[in-house]
Amino acid sequence: MVVTGTLETLLRNSFPEAGELAVEDRTGGGDHFQVTVSSGRFDGLSLVEQHRLVYEALAEPLADGSIHELRIKTRGIA
Amino acid sequence: MSQSMTQLSEQIKELIENEPVSVFMKGTPQLVMCGNSDRALRALRAVGAPVTAVDVLPDPQIRHELSALSGWPTIPQVFIKGELIGGADIVEELYASGELSAKLDEALGTERESSEKTAALAVTA
Repeated sequence: MVVTGTLETLLRNSFPEAGELAVEDRTGGGDHFQVTVSSGRFDGLSLVEQHRLVYEALAEPLADGSIHELRIKTRGIA
Repeated sequence: MSQSMTQLSEQIKELIENEPVSVFMKGTPQLVMCGNSDRALRALRAVGAPVTAVDVLPDPQIRHELSALSGWPTIPQVFIKGELIGGADIVEELYASGELSAKLDEALGTERESSEKTAALAVTA
């Protein structure tokens, strides 16, 4: 399992410019998460491209299986 | 890469390119094994998509090869005519905004008929 703070740090490192940046542990079990990121980097990108950037930021916990489920909400600021 | 892995990858690629709408999911439309696969399917049903479903659970190689092809780490994965549309979150978001229906209209025409079938991949050990 991972803690929300760990994911927040990974996201903050990848999106230092982010406006809203939130990680919610949906079940309290440390493996189902909802992340929300708003950033100017998403402006003009498709949702697939936006989510890819989030997946890249969280590549390690995704690859090692510590994130079992990830829900993503992204938005640009434009 | 072993011969069987290459073949599996080719099968997945062909399916994605040839099926109007392909959904790689956990379980089948009749017996969905994951809430996210269910969310994606519901959105696709709501817009009358002709769905070809592939269950990734029978063999971990399927998911491995799929993600290697698509560059997308999670399940489900929805494709329309070869293009990755996204996972459950994106498909739901596009459904809510009306874009999912518009994408299908554009790719398949407005006269499309809703349907569901499953496709099995041959995985050789």
